[in-house]
Amino acid sequence: MSSNTKAAKQLSAKRIRTRNNIIVYIVLSVLAFIWLFPVAWIVMTSFRGEKGSYISTFFPKTYTLDNYIKLFTDTSLLNFPQMFLNTLFVAICSCILSSFFLLSAAYCLSRLRFKLRRPYMNMAMILGLFPGFMSMVAVYFILKAVGLTEGNGVRLALILCYSGGAALGFQITKGFFDTIPMALDEAALLDGCTRWQIFTKITLPLSKPIVIYTILTSFMGPWVDFVFAKVICRANADQYTVAIGLWKMLEKEYIDSWYTSFAAGAVLISIPIALLFLKLQKYYVNGMAGAVKG
Amino acid sequence: MNATSALKMRSTLRADNPVTCMEALKNGDTMVKLSTVVMGLGNMAHKQVAKGLLFLAAEAAYIAFMVMYGLHNLAMLPGLGSVEQQEYWNEELQIFEYTQGDRSILILLYGLATILLTCVMFWIWRGTLKSGYAAQLNEAAGRRVNTLAEDIADLFDANLYRLLMTPPMFFIGILTILPLIFMICMAFTSYSKIGNHLVLFDWVGLDNFVTLFDSNSVLGSTFWRVLGWTLVWAFFATFTNYFAGMILAIIINRKDTKAKGFWRFCFVLPCAVPMFVSLLIMRTMLQPEGAVNVLLRQMGVIAAGESLPFFTDPTWARVTVILINIWVGVPYTLLQLTGVLQNIPADLYEAATVDGANAVQTFFRITLPYMFYVTTPYLISTFTGNVNNFNVIYLLSGGDPVTDLASTAGSTDLLVTWLYKLTIDRQYYNVGAVVGILTFIILAIGSLLTYRRSKSYREEGGF
Repeated sequence: MSSNTKAAKQLSAKRIRTRNNIIVYIVLSVLAFIWLFPVAWIVMTSFRGEKGSYISTFFPKTYTLDNYIKLFTDTSLLNFPQMFLNTLFVAICSCILSSFFLLSAAYCLSRLRFKLRRPYMNMAMILGLFPGFMSMVAVYFILKAVGLTEGNGVRLALILCYSGGAALGFQITKGFFDTIPMALDEAALLDGCTRWQIFTKITLPLSKPIVIYTILTSFMGPWVDFVFAKVICRANADQYTVAIGLWKMLEKEYIDSWYTSFAAGAVLISIPIALLFLKLQKYYVNGMAGAVKG
Repeated sequence: MNATSALKMRSTLRADNPVTCMEALKNGDTMVKLSTVVMGLGNMAHKQVAKGLLFLAAEAAYIAFMVMYGLHNLAMLPGLGSVEQQEYWNEELQIFEYTQGDRSILILLYGLATILLTCVMFWIWRGTLKSGYAAQLNEAAGRRVNTLAEDIADLFDANLYRLLMTPPMFFIGILTILPLIFMICMAFTSYSKIGNHLVLFDWVGLDNFVTLFDSNSVLGSTFWRVLGWTLVWAFFATFTNYFAGMILAIIINRKDTKAKGFWRFCFVLPCAVPMFVSLLIMRTMLQPEGAVNVLLRQMGVIAAGESLPFFTDPTWARVTVILINIWVGVPYTLLQLTGVLQNIPADLYEAATVDGANAVQTFFRITLPYMFYVTTPYLISTFTGNVNNFNVIYLLSGGDPVTDLASTAGSTDLLVTWLYKLTIDRQYYNVGAVVGILTFIILAIGSLLTYRRSKSYREEGGF
């Protein structure tokens, strides 16, 4: 009798578990659908044969590669290849500059002790509280005063904007450097290394993941930033970056003929970013977890 | 270099440190004291001729700059210029010509740049005193006085921080601090399209703040409305994301859930798409003729020709931006909170199970208190980020719908997007600057106190 009830209890416990699992999987599937739907939709739109942004059917009637071809061949109104090269140039330069700034600032704050260390960290935090756009107009005036808002100067202006403040975002990198044992530095110091040698020959090689993370994120910046580029480029259409180009394609005068090409462009710049992101997810999580745990 | 000399090097470094500027003024010899006027004399008198000459050159350059431009810049700063652009008739060429008038914005910019340069110069001036005094002490104690070459070599070693921090600080100074001071100053001027003060403007003290706080004026009432919505938005955006992300993380990490990696991949994939792209896509999808309405019509949920007012009705728009923010933000929250959730000690859960607690009780009694305790700094920074969340609002709704045509802000405008509209679209630069300062004050009061009290700040790098 008692063994019977026990068995029945076990059975019902098992049933509850199965029921719970089914509910969980249904919920997860619905949520995953919601999260993946826009991504799938944009990929579908990029292959859509019919032009225009307003469609009467959900799935495309015809599939084509024309949208991608148009993006790189139709340069009369929106010169996408030019924008692509602009962005590539700006991204490479600002990547070099800002990685240098960021890594050296993070190294100094993590490894060296100097009087301005604490004030610098407090300053970075306070500056972070100001809305970024507040100073944007002023940055434009400053760049204009030194003549960087016309012609090819715009590129230099963009590079400076993207890399100038890089050293204020040192937190994640510094957190990583903090985990390298100080004993290594001390041993190297005793062996007669200068601190510069410690930085370049010990700290950086040991921090490959975070160095790669820094380089890649600063390389991605110009591809995804839109607001700064818009304020600085203004009417200089030959200096536009990819982000402004994509934004333009959705404006009223272009949207009908360019909407599907917008989707194609979006897919094109999303692919490298997606690959990088999936690859770098781990560092992102670790960096955040470190910052959260303290 | 062997171990003893390395250690000796470190100890001499330590001996160098405690020289302060006040000591140099008090105990320095005549030459060191004289270097308050002729910079570098102290160094030159104590075997550091090259270094002294460098200081002297810096002083000469500064004085030359001040005489040629700087003093003029500073003199113009209080009045911000008053000469209007003049038109006069040129008899010889038979055309109208224009004289260059004052441009207040440039006067303000150059004046501030001069002040910043003067601060840097003051820093160098202190440096020359300290360095001269240190050279004097070293010489008196019979220690070697570094040559310039040795000083430069030191930049790669003991003074590496000077070498590495100077370039970033230079750019931060020019591209972050100077613009910020510049904008803060604008808040106290009449630089605005209102009253046509775009070329010449004046200092007006706190007038702009008074206008904005006066709830009877159009700008004032808009400010309070926008501030209210900003706080509501930041609260909901932060906590909906936080709880949704946490619950999702718990569900995925449940012991019985299979294929955890797959589920996580599904939710992480959308945040691999650049944010401005996914927001623009969302915006087009939610238009009256966008994909969502089309789909709903095909499924027969709404009648043909009808559409849901995602961005045209104020309440709908507000709910829509919060919901879409969940879509945008939950993947990140999921990634960030997964690690923290896994750090909760497992024995807490075991004990709870033994005591017969169910899933809901464990969540409210163990998970939530623990998470709040650990992630307070994270919550604060997310809240701050949401108050300043320009992208989501600007790219999604653009602040629309505008219900009150007289005001400059729409129903979903946050302080930052309103700031953007005020400065870029309307050219009310002074009001925009005031809004920026107020945003900063609200955030600073809230977060600075909490940050400083947080564990991570207090325990950081204490050695």
